[in-house]
Amino acid sequence: MSTPILQVKNLGMRFGGIKALDDLDLDVNSGEIVALIGPNGAGKTTFFNCVTGIYNPTQGDVVLTPPGTPAIRLNGLKPNQVAEKGMARTFQNIRLFQKMTVLENVMIGRHCRTNSFILGAILRNTATRQEEQETIHKSYKILQKMGLEKHANDLASNLSYGAQRRLEIGRALATEPFLLLLDEPAAGMNPQETQELIKLINLLQREGQSILLIEHDMKLVMELSHRIFVMDYGRRIAMGTPEEIRNNPVVIKAYLGESADA
Amino acid sequence: MISLKESKRSALVSLWFMFLTFPIMVIKVDAIEKTIIWRWENMFYVGFGSFILSIFGRIFFERQKNRREKQLSEKIQQHNLIQILLREPKYLYPLAAAFFLFALTFPHLFSTYQINVMTTALMYVVLGLGLNIVVGVAGLLDLGYVAFYAVGAYSYALLNFHFGMTFWMVLPLGALLAALFGVLLGFPVLRLRGDYLAIVTLAFGEIIRLVMENWNAFSQGPSGISNIPRPGLLGFDLTLNQAITYLYYLMIVMVLITIFVVNRLQNSRLGRAWIALREDEIACQAMGIDKTKTKLTAFALGATWAGLVGVIFAAKTTFINPASFTFLESAIILAIVVLGGMGSILGVILGAIILILLPEYLRALSDYRMLAFGAIMVSMMVFRPQGLISNVRRHYQYRPQKGEQE
Ligand SMILES: Nc1ncnc2c1ncn2[C@@H]1O[C@H](COP(=O)(O)OP(=O)(O)OP(=O)(O)O)[C@@H](O)[C@H]1O
Ligand SMILES: [Mg+2]
Repeated sequence: MSTPILQVKNLGMRFGGIKALDDLDLDVNSGEIVALIGPNGAGKTTFFNCVTGIYNPTQGDVVLTPPGTPAIRLNGLKPNQVAEKGMARTFQNIRLFQKMTVLENVMIGRHCRTNSFILGAILRNTATRQEEQETIHKSYKILQKMGLEKHANDLASNLSYGAQRRLEIGRALATEPFLLLLDEPAAGMNPQETQELIKLINLLQREGQSILLIEHDMKLVMELSHRIFVMDYGRRIAMGTPEEIRNNPVVIKAYLGESADA
Repeated sequence: MISLKESKRSALVSLWFMFLTFPIMVIKVDAIEKTIIWRWENMFYVGFGSFILSIFGRIFFERQKNRREKQLSEKIQQHNLIQILLREPKYLYPLAAAFFLFALTFPHLFSTYQINVMTTALMYVVLGLGLNIVVGVAGLLDLGYVAFYAVGAYSYALLNFHFGMTFWMVLPLGALLAALFGVLLGFPVLRLRGDYLAIVTLAFGEIIRLVMENWNAFSQGPSGISNIPRPGLLGFDLTLNQAITYLYYLMIVMVLITIFVVNRLQNSRLGRAWIALREDEIACQAMGIDKTKTKLTAFALGATWAGLVGVIFAAKTTFINPASFTFLESAIILAIVVLGGMGSILGVILGAIILILLPEYLRALSDYRMLAFGAIMVSMMVFRPQGLISNVRRHYQYRPQKGEQE
């Protein structure tokens, strides 16, 4: 349980004058569900963007240790290289490929685990056909897990909001990540959909999937996470088990503002 | 469709316009006679015109609103007649066979002029399908596509002029060179999207043309290169008519090859990556797709077809000069893709046939050609932005593997 797979040290990100991230430390151990919480604008999404290569952090280190391999420093890698190394993410504002079918969306996730290229596409030789069949097969299995197999051939844009969020998770899973990053997976879901999501995340955890998630829904966070990191104004203000965080006065103050203790 | 209330509003609009334009349209002072001429008929024109326009505007907005509402409520994919026809082998095969038979017998039924026109149309089919990879599938707005066409044409003209290379030797070379230029264009524009990409590619197209126009020592400038040999057929001497027929069949084969290859590319791992890149660049990268590689292959594989057709073009006309490779050419090829339906192979074929053949047969209206062209494009954008035939994604069938319960 205690082998670290993601270690972030002194991470800093500046946008001109704003310090969106300031000296942030965070780590995730293998098999763990870790939550990253904080008020709006705290810098949580920016953290994800820095870790996954969408932004290049202005300071600090991001180190990934895939199971059974030496540690890799991720700074400066491109998003697709990060995904290849085994860290995949979802987006806060859903970013599905709207005009592709649900199944194709997941198939895109298989891209970095397959190799056929121009010649394979044109000749459709045995290797390509097998690979394609395997892609379809694995993607379909993921859809079944997400409960979306009925919609496999619908356009992604035709899914309900909750289903779109689940499809994003499925698409990320298709890249075979050992660390899954979820940015507000429950945002915009109704209580029943949230309940299903909790079940899904629990299932993934039991299968050994490590997860780092950003979430505003405290019930979900408290129920699922082993550890919680709290940040505000780009800085880490607390870390601990759900119990510790619940009773931490600094956290309560950050969430309720200064007036809370008046 | 238009209620009484709406017409009343339009009537009000027209009254308002008549009032506003009254001083300039109706009153005219004759300075010599020192009288005022009342041109009441102008008032009628203004009133009538603005009424009609306003009514049309209302119908249009009404339709748009309806369409948006329909899209919201409608969860299933729409299937129109053509798509049903295409999915059913029962209809598809006889239809394809009929087309094929027509294409084969065409040179025997029509005059040389008609064959020539048809060959040109077929060339545009291939060009359209090539650009479709870049614009329709990968979503990279390329306004300089004609540059690759020029690369192909000049490859043949120059390699033949200097080294006496034959058509069949240059055909693959021209394609390769065009692909190389595709990559060359791709590198600097990797970071650009949308309008910016359009501007840079437009400039690229113009640069190639201007180089050809001004670098006399290399390309013989505006006077062009003449006496380019037609393609040979196993050393036979062909008469002009035979050569034209031969080129026609060559183009038919080219079209078939293009359809085959482009179709396979679209429904492959690479094709899906192109579409994902078009749909959302950031998500696409985050899902492990190498943006650089994907974009460059799109540019290169799009350009290849232009290079091939360029070689054939030079062989067909036996004379080329930079005037054949202006921006208008790029615009027409782009119009074919947009009119036909972005990403849809059948749509692009239809678009090419309509846009190239119609003007040929409507020569009587040749003065208004560009006007009609513009009107068609504008009305397409308004009423059918997805093109004549919209692209439908392939449905993949899941087959449970052996020893596994469903
Ligand atoms: N590309 C950018 N350029 C400039 N400023 C940015 C950029 N991205 C984020 N920021 C700023 O960084 C800060 C943190 O934003 P971020 O989106 O990470 O917050 P968040 O914690 O995810 O908030 P929320 O809970 O609302 O999603 C904000 O002040 C935001 O304005
Ligand atoms: Mg956020």
